[in-house]
Amino acid sequence: MAANSSFPKYQSDGTLLGNALEWFDARFPLTSLWKAHLSEYYAPKNFNFWYFFGSMAIVVLIIQFVTGIFLVMHYQPNANLTPSGLPIAFESVEYIMREVPGGWFIRYMHSTGASFFFIVVYLHMFRGMLYGSYRKPRELIWIFGVLIFLCLMAIAFMGYLLPWGQMSYWGAQVILSFFSAIPVVGEDISTLIRGDYVVAGATLNRFFALHVCAVPLALLGLVVAHILALHEVGSNNPDGVEIKKFKDEKGIPLDGVPFHPQYTIGHDLPANVIMLIFFFAVIFFWPEGGGYFLEYNNFLPADPMTTPAHLAPVWYFTAFYSMLRAMTWNFFWIDAKIWGVISMFAGVLILAFLPWLDRSPAKSIRYRGPIFKVLLAFFVVSFAMLCYLGTKGTEYHFFGYTPTEGFNPLNILLSGSFHTKFWTFYYFLFFLTMPYWSKIDKCKPVPERVTFK
Amino acid sequence: MSDQKKDCDCDRRGLLLATTVAGGAAVAAAAVPFVASLAPSERAKAIGAPVVADISKLAPGEKMVVKWRGKPVWILRRTPEMLASLETVKEKLSDPDSEKSSQPDYTKNPTRAVNKEYLVAVGICTHLGCSPSDKFKTGSDEGMATDWAGGFLCPCHGSIFDLAGRVFKGQPAPTNLEIPPHVYDDPANPAMVTIGIDSTDSKGA
Repeated sequence: MAANSSFPKYQSDGTLLGNALEWFDARFPLTSLWKAHLSEYYAPKNFNFWYFFGSMAIVVLIIQFVTGIFLVMHYQPNANLTPSGLPIAFESVEYIMREVPGGWFIRYMHSTGASFFFIVVYLHMFRGMLYGSYRKPRELIWIFGVLIFLCLMAIAFMGYLLPWGQMSYWGAQVILSFFSAIPVVGEDISTLIRGDYVVAGATLNRFFALHVCAVPLALLGLVVAHILALHEVGSNNPDGVEIKKFKDEKGIPLDGVPFHPQYTIGHDLPANVIMLIFFFAVIFFWPEGGGYFLEYNNFLPADPMTTPAHLAPVWYFTAFYSMLRAMTWNFFWIDAKIWGVISMFAGVLILAFLPWLDRSPAKSIRYRGPIFKVLLAFFVVSFAMLCYLGTKGTEYHFFGYTPTEGFNPLNILLSGSFHTKFWTFYYFLFFLTMPYWSKIDKCKPVPERVTFK
Repeated sequence: MSDQKKDCDCDRRGLLLATTVAGGAAVAAAAVPFVASLAPSERAKAIGAPVVADISKLAPGEKMVVKWRGKPVWILRRTPEMLASLETVKEKLSDPDSEKSSQPDYTKNPTRAVNKEYLVAVGICTHLGCSPSDKFKTGSDEGMATDWAGGFLCPCHGSIFDLAGRVFKGQPAPTNLEIPPHVYDDPANPAMVTIGIDSTDSKGA
């Protein structure tokens, strides 16, 4: 362990540990990584609770990876039937739930983790909208984030097929049928995706491969890119001002604090403990989440001969499912089905354009004008309404209203399908008209430095 | 930039370009077997064999389901009232003569059947592939409109079909339910129907 004189910047303090560290640092950027991303990464000192959700997403990601690895040890992706007539995949999930020691706990952690992932990611995305975290120079962080969201949706959709229950089967059947809406080549593409003429064993096996291997790898890579891009430009904050403008003589931002230990221990750790209390409360007392986290029809084995009477996606997809159902007219000689698919994907992808749609002089809602505040409030309403209506049938009416014969404005005002169309229209209008209203909105003067009591 | 251009060894630059193109072609060629492996396997294709259904015990107004190519195929024995309803709903249908729909030529008729008593149809909605539910009772008994003449309702997006699998106007489903190729041992007095072949001497469609 001789001290390495050729690397003065890794000078050991002479202790055994110091010598060991020096040996490592001369061969691998251990200390420099630690400093760049934790102990000397300066984050604005004025973070509030909205800044919890990024770290929570990492915690949930780790939970999903660990529980997923253990589930794969017992789960069998096989659509063949057991001698008693149950599909093997379905039976193996029941086996995990009933016979593997602690299997129910690991499985519920994984299924609840999926819903929690979307809860924290939706809140994390909303934080970005509140404080303009997607604005220059953070466009790439935001785009990586949208890609992470797409990966999450893919992984959740594929994972939902694996228990091979009724909802798994028919949900996949409906979503994969969208690809057949593509003109000319659609039918071939959907056969290529399914590996059969209907959702079948081949589909289950390939979804398993993608769910446990391919998409998690892509997800992990994107998370690393998301964080690297963030640490390159530095975090935004509730005031939406750049802390790098004012630095002390050592080049440290005056309004920055080291991410570790200030935020890791002082901010994210207690927040995650509280999140985990809720997380385990759901697992122990409410694992099905009232039919929203695990749908009741999915406790029935997949039956290709009968569709369940009520088919709705899991709650985190319902907003985009509503956008799909909002399209019931054939525009420009193109089938309504294709418009539905386009609007569903557009609903996600339009987020990626947010950095260029927003032309407001202020980033943060604290200094933005009344137009933004009102339109954003309605945007929240539109998203909540689309989420809610996506769980209901097409014939749904609010307050159990039954449409009357003849003309009656209530027939329209209380109709679920009218609201689905209306709020989908609003959702897209919010983004598409943003370049105009964000420019003319009356913003308050933005302070030079962060406000902190 | 101009300095760099002067220093460029153009022979090597050309070689680099050729190597890149050749490498790209090799990668594209290597992708072919991987993409091909995603197509239905020989076993999946073989499951498309015809199935035989015994319909001798089917009572009027009763429906049975058989599995053909992994899909449900319905056989409905229609009562005279059911057959009469096919004429009355004709005005409200989107494709009453099945011009745009998929069926063998020998079932492109008003009842969409070989033997008009029996409807043989693939029970998969042409919208997004759910299997519609039976709504055979007329009127609003099963939650349908008061002038409902009997038919099928898709639970996923609400498409409604008449008792010949023809879709009503203004529904998400673009076409009528598919009629599979099928053949009776004796069309006048059927006991068996074979689904998946057009005639008794063919080997399967």
